[in-house]
Amino acid sequence: MLRLEKRPSPSRFWQGMTPVLAVVLTMIAGGVMFAALGKDPVEAIRTIFWDPLFNAQFASYSRPQLLVKAGPLILIAIGLSLGFRAGIWNIGAEGQYIMGALAGAGVGLAFYPAQHWGIFPLMVLAGALGGWVWAMIPAILKTRFNTNEILVSLLMVYIAQNILSSMSLGLLRNPEGGGFPGSRNLSQYPSASNPELIAGTGMHWGVIAAFMAVIAAHILLQRHILGFHIKLAGQAPRAARFAGVNPTGLVLLCMGISGALAGLAGLFEVAGPAGQISIDFNVGYGFTAIIVAFLGRLNPIGILLAGLLMALTYIGGELAQFMLGLPAAAIQAFQGMLLFFLLAVDLLSNYRVRLGAKVEAA
Amino acid sequence: MNRRTLLATAALGLGLAFGGVANAQAMDKAKACFVYVGPIGDLGWSYQHHQGALAVQEAYGDKVEVTWQENVPEGADAERVLTQMALSGCNIIFTTSFGYMDATNAVAAKFPNMKFEHATGYKREQPNVATYNARFYEGRAIQGHIAGKMTKSNKIGYIGSFPIPEVIMGINSYYLHAKKVNPAVELTVVWAFTWFDPAKEADAAKAMIEQGVDVIASHTDSTAPLAEAAKANGAVIGFGQASDMADYKPSPRVSSIIDNWAPYYVKRVGEVLDGTWTQTDVWAGIKDGEVEIGEITDAVPAEVKAEAEAMRDAIAAGTYHPFTGPIKKQDGSDWLAEGAVAPDGDLLGMGFYVEGITADIPK
Amino acid sequence: MFGGIDPGLLIASLMVASVPIILAAIGELVVERAGVLNLGVEGMMIMGAVCGFIASVQTGSAVLGFVGGALGGAALALIFAVLTQFLLANQVASGLALTLFGLGLSSLLGQGFVGIRPPATEALPFGPLAESPFFGRVIFGHDWVVYLSIASVAVAWWVLKSTRLGLILRAVGENHDAAHALGYKVRRIRVLAILFGGAMAGLGGAYVSLVRVPQWTDGITAGAGWIALAIVVFAAWRPWRALIGAYLFGGISVLQLNLQAAGARIPVEYLSMSPYLITIVVLVIMSSGKGKAALNAPANLGQTFHASR
Repeated sequence: MLRLEKRPSPSRFWQGMTPVLAVVLTMIAGGVMFAALGKDPVEAIRTIFWDPLFNAQFASYSRPQLLVKAGPLILIAIGLSLGFRAGIWNIGAEGQYIMGALAGAGVGLAFYPAQHWGIFPLMVLAGALGGWVWAMIPAILKTRFNTNEILVSLLMVYIAQNILSSMSLGLLRNPEGGGFPGSRNLSQYPSASNPELIAGTGMHWGVIAAFMAVIAAHILLQRHILGFHIKLAGQAPRAARFAGVNPTGLVLLCMGISGALAGLAGLFEVAGPAGQISIDFNVGYGFTAIIVAFLGRLNPIGILLAGLLMALTYIGGELAQFMLGLPAAAIQAFQGMLLFFLLAVDLLSNYRVRLGAKVEAA
Repeated sequence: MNRRTLLATAALGLGLAFGGVANAQAMDKAKACFVYVGPIGDLGWSYQHHQGALAVQEAYGDKVEVTWQENVPEGADAERVLTQMALSGCNIIFTTSFGYMDATNAVAAKFPNMKFEHATGYKREQPNVATYNARFYEGRAIQGHIAGKMTKSNKIGYIGSFPIPEVIMGINSYYLHAKKVNPAVELTVVWAFTWFDPAKEADAAKAMIEQGVDVIASHTDSTAPLAEAAKANGAVIGFGQASDMADYKPSPRVSSIIDNWAPYYVKRVGEVLDGTWTQTDVWAGIKDGEVEIGEITDAVPAEVKAEAEAMRDAIAAGTYHPFTGPIKKQDGSDWLAEGAVAPDGDLLGMGFYVEGITADIPK
Repeated sequence: MFGGIDPGLLIASLMVASVPIILAAIGELVVERAGVLNLGVEGMMIMGAVCGFIASVQTGSAVLGFVGGALGGAALALIFAVLTQFLLANQVASGLALTLFGLGLSSLLGQGFVGIRPPATEALPFGPLAESPFFGRVIFGHDWVVYLSIASVAVAWWVLKSTRLGLILRAVGENHDAAHALGYKVRRIRVLAILFGGAMAGLGGAYVSLVRVPQWTDGITAGAGWIALAIVVFAAWRPWRALIGAYLFGGISVLQLNLQAAGARIPVEYLSMSPYLITIVVLVIMSSGKGKAALNAPANLGQTFHASR
């Protein structure tokens, strides 16, 4: 009989090995699925994991795109992870992402067509503020009326989506767009655009912000008293109160940071890779980032790696679709499998698997 | 000047040098690529485009390799997908959603030897970008005629997705032709404010039926409104949208608009093979078979059916345009004078209702 | 403002519109009462939608379709149960991964079933009762699943409140260590609760693809699972409040479409966000009330249980 025994502290060896093991297991299970769909499993796996990085035809373009795709995921996930550690459940990052993009793009478009170096920094501020305000609504409702933040932040996503469609059909609609929905393209308005900074690297301000957030969160959690409070509030709420942690302040702070970072992600995306506000501007980064946060075990470095891995499966999945004719649904299922395995084998780093009789019924 | 504009300028130069025909060489084998905004299994917009792609494969067999990608979000992801497709060696790429417009033009600038075909847009900033669209409003005119004749309550309905020109154009065409044969007709519009939520479409249809509406047209692609109409045991009729929805024949589905992209796709890929592809802006309708009117069933009286078919044939022959003056705007101002035909530009950017519709267009 | 809208018809249609959300929410409510947070409701619903559709088309029976839907939802829930109860994986991430996986798998399974019309689910024959004014539509005019959805609320309420099973379930959710010390099989109870939640979500999904729409297309549940999750929180983990929440949300969704159809002079863009706004406002009012409305989330919600002794 197999038995689990909790390790006194997580195993370093298995922490490093579990992702590798998970990827291998996913390759086997995914390979079986691809074979069942009548595709060559080896080729499919190679296309997803290898080609975006090393294929001569695609890699020089796809590799930088990893950063572009991972940037917003990491930025949002870092913000969320702080709250999650403290037991504060903001699952409405998608809405904060939308509102950040709307606020930032709105500021930029208000200045059109003026050219000034100050416009973009102002947009960045507005973007962070937009996300922050949207996150403050569930935060204040929680601290003031004890309203559950899971529900409010989730429903605020739908409201943000309605505002987004209304904005792209009304206030922010491109006046030269012939009545079509959608704003002007910010990437064609130099003062308000967030371009690739060094050609061929994929680096734009959003990616840089993501890296900065990783470093800042790492320092905060390792060295700063605030990071200690956050961790304490999540692990031992009562002890936290004795240690002088103000729960109201912590809710406002964690929700605010996650909202502002999600808003920033939205702003960098709308001014850069996406280019414009449109009805379908948001593509689910806010929800995927929750997965990224947990895959990275709520640890900044882990989140960085998890974000890059997710981005790889997106981009490799796209290649597999049009190179091999795999349906998009198969890629989605494959991503789901990868997550299952990553989560499942995590067991090995926290527990020892022992053979032998049970001491007591579990 | 960043890299993108530099490349664009270079491409423009090339385009000018070749007089707009970027590459006039015949080829033995071509690769045709398709990008869809939804899943192929949506049974609506993306599904119909994919039927067109399959028709290309059918028509040319070994001479053409067809690849596609579904579920591609508009915006940042579209540009990456298009670039990767271009890198994989596509000769022609069909981008089948309005939101791909800027991405299509941006990628086309980087790959001047490839052909790009963008559906429903208007930007052709590069010589290798063509645009195409379908005149769905022609089909709406026929539906409006049937609706005006068939309604007993004089209340007809229309389920809209978002208030964009494409949808508003359809509503106006539907209403004008219902009104023409039945001046007492009133139009109810319900906006779903989503592209895809079949259950909400069902509720919208139900709400209209409860208000006494007995003919429902919809601009959303699911069969939910027809299923709702079917519960009324013949008292309410509707139309198939995007695909034929033949399961609901003969009633409540009395006719349908079928998006048929196959003729255009087969023609354009053929031109790539011949080396005769040129930049065009095509807005085809019933005449070219791009907008198909599905069988009008026997639930419609023979005489109404004959009229509807006559209208279809007149539109196909070019003797009748659904937007022929005199037509006034909702606010009473003149739009088209007696006998005048709506210019395409007015239609493509349509942001107003015609006279007689009582609701407002939401923002 | 309500001119031209028949309240009987409105209530009848909101009851139908809320069925998928009620079923899924009651399932999730039981799961959360047992201390497990499964965010994969949307994935389980859509698996139920596709499995139910396939089962009913293959067998020609709508009833067997619902059975298939429940099995499909439970099958996906089993993955979640293995991950979180045996492999002790994080529940939030596992649930979200479940939704991703379910959306993909359902689309693969449903490929051959696009564009087919399933067998019909008729209203129950109440004879002359169905003809009576108002009550005919509201009480006697529905198919059996509508009654099942209300019955499931009553049963969940009764079981949780008055039975030993309910007591054990709540004990497991409130303090799994204590429950374990008392000799209850925490893991087994949680696994069963998760499977029940999956089956209920599957039923809700099957109602969408077999009755509400009825057809199969990719992504047909269109976010209903997320609303069900929100309703559980709204209900503060109490069954009857879940019914009220679902009817409130469903009612405003239906009402806003009815207002549009009746030509009410309210801007559509506000109407279309009203279900979310009003749900938040009502929750704020309820939770700011004194004392009683304190949000009693199960104390061990979302926490991993491992019997160390």
